[in-house]
Amino acid sequence: MTQRWFARELALAAMTSALLLGIGCARPASTVPAPKATALASALVESSGSKQIAAAGMVLPQPVVVQANDDQGNGVQGALVEMSGPAGVTFDPVNGLTDSSGQFTTSVSLGGMAGRYQIVARTRNKAQKPIEIELQEIALGYQETLGSQLNDKYCERCHNPESTAVRVSNYDNLEVKPHPFTDGNTLNQMSDADLTAIISHGGPALNKSPLMPPYGYTLSKTEIQALIAYIRAVSDPLYKSPGLVYAKNVEARL
Amino acid sequence: MASDGKTASLWQRLFGSSVRAFGVVSVLLLISLAIAPAKNHFSEWRHYQKQYLKMIRGRGEAVTLQRHYQGGIQQIWLPELGVVDRCSTCHVGLKEVGLADVATQPFRPHPVIPHKLDQFGCVVCHRGQGAATTVEEAHRSTLAWEQPILPAKYIESSCGQCHQGELTGAPELNEGRRLLAGYGCLHCHTVKLPNGGTWKATDDPPSLEHIADKTTREWIYAWLKDPQAYAASATMPNFLFSNDDARDISAFLMANSTVLAGDTIALPQKAAADPTAGPSLYGASFCASCHAVQNAAGNLVGGDVGPELTRVGNKVKPEWLQAWLRNPRGYDARTAMPHYRFDEQQVVTLSAFLLAKTDSDFLVTVHLEPATPEEIAHGKRLVIDYGCASCHEITGIRKPENFAPELSRIGSKAIPQLIFLPGMAHTLPDYISGKLRNPRAFASGLKMPKYSFSEPQIDAITTAMLSLNERARTLPLSLTVAATPESTYEPAGKAGQLMHDLACFSCHRINGHGGDMAPDLTWEGSSVQRAWLQDFLKNPNTLRPALIRRMPKFNLSNGEINELTDYILTVYQSPAIDRDSMPLSGYPPVQVEEGRQLFYSEYSCQACHILDSKTDKGYIGPTLTQVGSRLSAAWVYSWLKNPQGLRPGSIEPNRNMSDEDARSLTAFLMTQKGSGRKEAKEK
Repeated sequence: MTQRWFARELALAAMTSALLLGIGCARPASTVPAPKATALASALVESSGSKQIAAAGMVLPQPVVVQANDDQGNGVQGALVEMSGPAGVTFDPVNGLTDSSGQFTTSVSLGGMAGRYQIVARTRNKAQKPIEIELQEIALGYQETLGSQLNDKYCERCHNPESTAVRVSNYDNLEVKPHPFTDGNTLNQMSDADLTAIISHGGPALNKSPLMPPYGYTLSKTEIQALIAYIRAVSDPLYKSPGLVYAKNVEARL
Repeated sequence: MASDGKTASLWQRLFGSSVRAFGVVSVLLLISLAIAPAKNHFSEWRHYQKQYLKMIRGRGEAVTLQRHYQGGIQQIWLPELGVVDRCSTCHVGLKEVGLADVATQPFRPHPVIPHKLDQFGCVVCHRGQGAATTVEEAHRSTLAWEQPILPAKYIESSCGQCHQGELTGAPELNEGRRLLAGYGCLHCHTVKLPNGGTWKATDDPPSLEHIADKTTREWIYAWLKDPQAYAASATMPNFLFSNDDARDISAFLMANSTVLAGDTIALPQKAAADPTAGPSLYGASFCASCHAVQNAAGNLVGGDVGPELTRVGNKVKPEWLQAWLRNPRGYDARTAMPHYRFDEQQVVTLSAFLLAKTDSDFLVTVHLEPATPEEIAHGKRLVIDYGCASCHEITGIRKPENFAPELSRIGSKAIPQLIFLPGMAHTLPDYISGKLRNPRAFASGLKMPKYSFSEPQIDAITTAMLSLNERARTLPLSLTVAATPESTYEPAGKAGQLMHDLACFSCHRINGHGGDMAPDLTWEGSSVQRAWLQDFLKNPNTLRPALIRRMPKFNLSNGEINELTDYILTVYQSPAIDRDSMPLSGYPPVQVEEGRQLFYSEYSCQACHILDSKTDKGYIGPTLTQVGSRLSAAWVYSWLKNPQGLRPGSIEPNRNMSDEDARSLTAFLMTQKGSGRKEAKEK
């Protein structure tokens, strides 16, 4: 009899503590009901909107557009497209049917952390198997945002071959072509120290063209670091940090 | 006995014998005593700290991380900021650069920011409840706490608490502030700054005192109904007036307007023989530097200093437009539009060209009966009720004081004081952005107009408004970084009047005052040669090949040109430059050749500048083909030594050039006299 009472007390205590612990972990789960697909696609392709750059937590400047196609590669109207992404990424709308040209358009806001965000668009084919495509978007933190501002002011006129109405590119005028900052195949080979050297002391510092002038007396050390952080952030393919490099006088960052 | 037995059985049923009862009570007591330590032991933060230790054990730098690790509740206490933060109790790896690859919270290191965590804590930027030690209480608003974590997209608002001015690295905040100050918000809403001043609006909506000279009642009606239908870029918000209200306000404004002499004189409409004369005069006057026009694709092309001109022919009366083109200062003394010295034929040509910019559908549906006195009186009441005089000058109506709620502390408004729309998340940022999206939805009888902001603009404005909070108002002044005070510089004398008349400050900045479309002229007097400046004012040609916006030709008289040249060369002199210290020509050929080599090899200036238009293509800096007849040698030398010293923010990199190199380059550049000027002289 005693044992039975003990058991009840213990169970009660256990339940209480479980409840106490549970409160902190409870998360309200929300799902948006999806409309019913009126058609099925056999392929999903990106129309536009990947590899965009925005500050962390912000809406991407352009919407993401994906297209559902049939076997002939024509757009399918009424296919259900559902979006998903890592924690913090939100879509407006998160799902919907493709329009008459087979396209589904959604506005994407990135999570609060700087870095790459892989978002997934999903639809179903006739066999009810999911078809997915992945798109990458880039979120900038403080340092990368500062770097992007410096890039706009000092670098982009030569390093970005694209001209716009307000900014005519100088790229075509240069005898030795600069590398666009998205050119990961080249820039990922260069260490942070290399980049610091070429930004501070100009092209000749790495036996490259003197058309790249030195900015070491114009930009501060912080600004050069910010610029490198930006270059790493937009690099395609993704730059993989070699990890912490132990060296003399490594300062704690904060 | 029977009752005893009953009692005993109840007692026994509950606790058994007294010994057993004692045991049960003791166990209960022990368990209740154990609750507190158990809660502590099973607390979330201990759980996270254990997880962290487990995570770092497997990493290469485990020893270093282990050495940095401190268990238990961690706290940052900053009395002068009112900060008690225990966030680093769970966010253990905040300062560990080596954990950059860790993606799971709460262990990610903090990204690089310009401040140290120990000096500012966490809640100063992120909000939330710093003293809490559970996830729920620290991050979300609960019954006892009201301050949830600030969503990442508004994080720059926190920078704005201390940094009152433009801040590099916070584009969102800067944009939000620009919109708040430039879209009329501050004409109705007061924002007091921590230093005691008031935030000033940057826009200057037009006076309506003589509106009937300028436009028709039908246009006013259509504009009131939907300003963006006339011009997509219009900054005037939509007051959602009913047809009757728009009819009455337009009636009042027309009846209230007084006539300005000169606005009604029509010039003989000599049709321009050449159909290209209009567009070419519009182009040569560089109207597009300030005014935009929608092109066939629907894109706006041109600047945003002046109003969009896509449908200007639907708006203005021909006589008014001609008077305006002749001298805009007659109608509006403060206008940013320069007084071009157009001759009569030019005024006729340009006005005919502009008046042809119409949209035939625009006013077709507007038919207004002549106004009755009742309608005019009702219109006046509406103008007073809606605070039109907050922005516009209207004869007989005073600018209302405190017309709309003050926004000095909007960023810390308490949630219970807010009204939310159904389905809206109950947070302050959601309230502010919801209000910006649809201001009238929150109650009936509200007067705030509807703006047509895009979603990114709404985010930016919300960011700027969240920075106007209690903390910003109560920070010690020593911690705030005040905005650069606005310069009140005005040039003096006759030349000053001339510069005002030509609206030089709409584009150029001098001594901190003026626009940023064109070069800063603070030291222009040290920089240029007299003959070049005179030629340039007579016939401005562009120095930078890639620029679309250029200095217009004002048709100045020789007297005016001399007046301006004298003033600029005498007054805008840098104390650091002695113009006469270096000659304009006569440098030894060896030095010139040395300079040429430095120009093309070591310094590779041709990347950005064109010196020889046959071989060089650089598009970024000014063309240097005639730099030797444009600039003073002393200026070129000082510029080469330190460009930012002469024009802060110049993108020309400082090359840390030796004196010798700078002298050789100067010698070489001064030999580049160009050919255009010589020929002009000979003529």
